[in-house]
Amino acid sequence: MRVTIDQEKCVASGQCVTSAADVFDQRDEDGVVVLLNEHPPAELAADVRQAAVVCPALAIQIED
Amino acid sequence: MTSTPTGPEPAEIPEYPMTRAAGCPFDPPPDLLAEQRKGPLTKVRLWDGSTPWLVTRYADQRTVLADRRVSSDVERPGYPSPAPIQPGGSKIGFILMDDPEHARLRRMVTAPFAVKRIEAMRSAVQKIVDGLIDDMLAGPKPVDLVESFALPVPSLVICDLLGVPYSDHDFFQDNSKTIIRRTATPEQRMTASKNLTGYLDRLVDEKLDRPAEDLLSGLTERIKAGELTRQDAAQMGVLLLIAGHETTANMIALGTLALLEHPDQLALLRDTDDPKLVASAVEELLRYLHITHNGRRRAVLEDIEVAGQTIRAGEGLIVPNDIGNRDPGAFEEPDQLDIRRDARHHVAFGFGVHQCLGQTLARMELQVVYSTLYRRIPTLKRATDLDQIPFKHDGSVYGVYELPVTW
Ligand code: HEM
Ligand code: SF4
Repeated sequence: MRVTIDQEKCVASGQCVTSAADVFDQRDEDGVVVLLNEHPPAELAADVRQAAVVCPALAIQIED
Repeated sequence: MTSTPTGPEPAEIPEYPMTRAAGCPFDPPPDLLAEQRKGPLTKVRLWDGSTPWLVTRYADQRTVLADRRVSSDVERPGYPSPAPIQPGGSKIGFILMDDPEHARLRRMVTAPFAVKRIEAMRSAVQKIVDGLIDDMLAGPKPVDLVESFALPVPSLVICDLLGVPYSDHDFFQDNSKTIIRRTATPEQRMTASKNLTGYLDRLVDEKLDRPAEDLLSGLTERIKAGELTRQDAAQMGVLLLIAGHETTANMIALGTLALLEHPDQLALLRDTDDPKLVASAVEELLRYLHITHNGRRRAVLEDIEVAGQTIRAGEGLIVPNDIGNRDPGAFEEPDQLDIRRDARHHVAFGFGVHQCLGQTLARMELQVVYSTLYRRIPTLKRATDLDQIPFKHDGSVYGVYELPVTW
């Protein structure tokens, strides 16, 4: 699994961090998404997929 | 209004908003759910005779709310306004603005709502909740849960967030309650709202002199940098109060009532110490109750296609997320309240760039409340019949005006 994010689109909802805190974080200054792990391990795959589904800004893309 | 050859005849266009069924205070209006079963798109008629489109299904709702060609600006042609637009008074902050201005202003207040910053407030919120429960237990019963608990929790939390000093909490709470109170006259509401705006204005001045660790102090740096005016900063404080107070309060009171009417679900929640189940209960109650019941409203800026139909620039859209959250295409047995289901993908906070800024805070507050109230008062019950409880059918946010409880 490969994850990409788009910080320009991100609206700092925090939904991805709530879904998968080991993979996503937020910048201190404005809460915009930061990717911690571009290739998350299999056991986090479901959480990461959920993050992509609930992201309101469609800022998270996943390639298998 | 633009006429559409494929649309229904004017006489058949149903009125919106619609009415809930008697005895079903937790369910969306049956006629609205019927529209969803009939098709993905229909027209509805509003108070002013305008006929915007109603987007009935979960998937289409998310698609249009994420589309940059739709606008939240009430002054755009076709915007389906829920009430007459007050000239000059319409722009209550960035919630009714479009990008890039919306994004510029929103990003100035996103930092304090980041997941880690909100988690750091959890023990303070727990203290507020425990203190209010102590007071209730020490006082007379029955008691109105709305007045004694549901309204003060978010009000005190917003005080903490904004940096309202303790000595001003009563003033802040009294005025914000007046804005919401059903029996308040329009003049009383106006005065309370002016009091709060004036107060926040002065508070911003104070924070400019003596900044502390709070949201308004954070904004003073933007003022000093010339990115934000003092008035805009105070206005943001007002927006956060309006957007975060009654919503959270209604979720506390209506959520409690819904749980009391679903004792098996209440028992599950009361008896667990699994934070995951508590979090899942919060998501499910947000989905099931969907308190922002008058639909998201948008104006279409350029022709777009929704469910195979072209919607023209200048037409209006109503996106009733309450029935999106009851769409069987997105949730199995959507009319069941089931706190163990995975409801995370609900649209109770909207979708797209305007999705609720305060959602992480609201989630945390509700998690603390739902995991504390029923545990500390295990025999909590209604002190009046369900049909005696006044529901906010007429409110911009759904809930109960009063909830007399005893134990
Ligand atoms: C359970 C409680 C809450 C519910 C159900 C709720 C619901 C919503 C919804 C549906 C929207 C989207 C509006 C739109 O698309 O036009 C929204 C936006 C917003 N909410 Fe909340 N909200 C809640 C709590 C809060 C809290 C606690 C705060 C802050 C203290 C807050 C601040 C905001 C702000 C500032 C916006 C505007 C965001 C923007 O336009 O970018 N909300 N909320
Ligand atoms: S869920 Fe999307 S919008 Fe929200 S913080 Fe993550 S990337 Fe940004």
